[in-house]
Amino acid sequence: MADIAIKNVTKSYGSTKVIHGVSIDIRDGELIVIVGPSGCGKSTLLRMVAGLEEITGGEVSIGGRVVNRLEPKDRDIAMVFQNYALYPHMSVYDNMAYGLKISGMPKADIETRVAKAAKMLELSELLQRKPRQLSGGQRQRVAMGRAIVRDPAAFLFDEPLSNLDAKLRVQMRLEIRQLQRELGTTSLYVTHDQVEAMTLADRLVVMNAGVAEQIATPLEVYHHPASIFVASFIGSPAMNFLRGKVADDGESIALSQGSPLRSEGVHLSTHAGREVTIGMRPEHLAIVPDTQADLRLVVRIVETLGADTLAHGHLVGASGDRAGFVVDGVGSTIAVRLPGNAAIREGETLPLRVADGSLHLFDPEGGKRLVDL
Amino acid sequence: MVENRPLLTFFQHTILIFGVLLVVFPVYIAFVASTHEGRALTSGMLPLLPGNRMIENYNTILFGGMRQAGGVPVALMLFNSMVMALSIAVGKIAISLISAFAVVYFRFPFRMLAFWIIFITLMLPVEVRILPTFEVVANLGMLNSYAGLSIPLIASATATFLFRQFFLTVPDELTEAARIDGATPFQFFKDILLPLSRTNIAAIFVIMFIYGWNQYLWPLLITTDPSFTTIVMGIQRMVTVAEGQPQWHLAMATATLALLPPVLVVIVMQRLFVKGLVETEK
Repeated sequence: MADIAIKNVTKSYGSTKVIHGVSIDIRDGELIVIVGPSGCGKSTLLRMVAGLEEITGGEVSIGGRVVNRLEPKDRDIAMVFQNYALYPHMSVYDNMAYGLKISGMPKADIETRVAKAAKMLELSELLQRKPRQLSGGQRQRVAMGRAIVRDPAAFLFDEPLSNLDAKLRVQMRLEIRQLQRELGTTSLYVTHDQVEAMTLADRLVVMNAGVAEQIATPLEVYHHPASIFVASFIGSPAMNFLRGKVADDGESIALSQGSPLRSEGVHLSTHAGREVTIGMRPEHLAIVPDTQADLRLVVRIVETLGADTLAHGHLVGASGDRAGFVVDGVGSTIAVRLPGNAAIREGETLPLRVADGSLHLFDPEGGKRLVDL
Repeated sequence: MVENRPLLTFFQHTILIFGVLLVVFPVYIAFVASTHEGRALTSGMLPLLPGNRMIENYNTILFGGMRQAGGVPVALMLFNSMVMALSIAVGKIAISLISAFAVVYFRFPFRMLAFWIIFITLMLPVEVRILPTFEVVANLGMLNSYAGLSIPLIASATATFLFRQFFLTVPDELTEAARIDGATPFQFFKDILLPLSRTNIAAIFVIMFIYGWNQYLWPLLITTDPSFTTIVMGIQRMVTVAEGQPQWHLAMATATLALLPPVLVVIVMQRLFVKGLVETEK
């Protein structure tokens, strides 16, 4: 039980800087998920907390104790690896007990602890098996058992579910969540899977290119993304981005092509006359009568997912011309999420309206959030 | 590939059986020769069936000792060879495991230089450095001793290199998991690396045991006392007699005996190989 403070931590390999000063305060018992694309430095950050990588600059403290110069074993942490990292020649029992044996714990105590953890993870029947006789999910449970028996101040998870198949991943995700709640152990969890991140996290850290772009609760990240990167990374299909402009009086927004987008409730005198990137999530667009339409979408591709129907296409003006729309960011098409029963045909033009309160304005330079409308 | 083509099967078996005969026949002749009287072999007609002098011949060489071979019983030669081959195999494995462990898992100054120096010695077999090595061993007073027979042959670049390659295939996460579990480097070595290297150790043991068993030049140089004669030296002395006929039946009996320990080692260790192949753990 402990809080973890990561203060302005940096990491360089030679002259290449891979982490540019990340600060995260993790409260006792919290589950923090670090999410980001591969190569963003999330695993490196975790490994610095674990003590497997040296910390170039800044400070990591666990339970109020600065651990920068401590060996992993002295940091009171346990780690679960992506490929499980079980000792292949040891039985499940020995795998879980190894750390305790080394610490010199009496045999009887080790047995009690392992038995308890095994029961919690439904591994009691498998204690004498070797890792190679277990399925992927069981191996991952053993890896978690190895972490649990040590009763550490913090759990560190390094993409623990990436090697499992989709169905098992969903199940293990729930188990991890439940287990972490029961034990109340502070946890740091690294993943590149946004669904995992959203469902597990008390708070999310969205990382990009060595920088923490946003640290907030999953819903905060979803509804108020701090940057274009966060907005496009969280949510599937990704948020749509269009180029637009705030009117000179700051009282309305128009698309770059000229058609007005929104005026009621817009008071943006500070950004008056500014070029902006407008973000809107596919699920916040709805079909409306043509007269109320903000946007008109010519459907190119329809994906029917059962519960939802996704329509992809490009925007046109009221007269049907394509000129002037500048689509920014991921893919150059606009996606709309419609109910599963929506009968959409390819080639159709859909009049769409953006739901109130779901427009996001970003600075096209640097991608920072300006305001949510 | 499962195919049923009788002609092909026949052809394959013919070739295989021919190959086996090619290897086994000389060995069989050696064994047959060791069961006859000396005269039977020098008469010009090689007998193809075992004779009736087997027990006598083997008894003579094992415990009697032959004048040409220094008057030492073959039992002692076998013992000498065994001590030498075992010390070389065990010594090589112990030293190589430790040096490979150092080279792979520790960062120290001149680490790669150290590795390359070890590696370069691969190009310097015993025969090339035999004079300086002899000088060193002589100065250390190790002539005519088991230490002199084995220690200079223990340093092994081959085994170091093989263990290094194996250690490099052990996933880093395993090392990291052990570090987080609180294992010291030595505990990691003992509890995790050694058990994982078991099949590699078995393989290298076989190779190195046979290498040690077959040493000829080195023991010839540093032993003058007949009581340190090894079996390979013994056979050689039996067949190169200055006057008269070599006693082929006794030499063949010695050769047959000399074959047995390496064959036994291979058979025993083979079980570990197969186990290593079946258990795809790493």
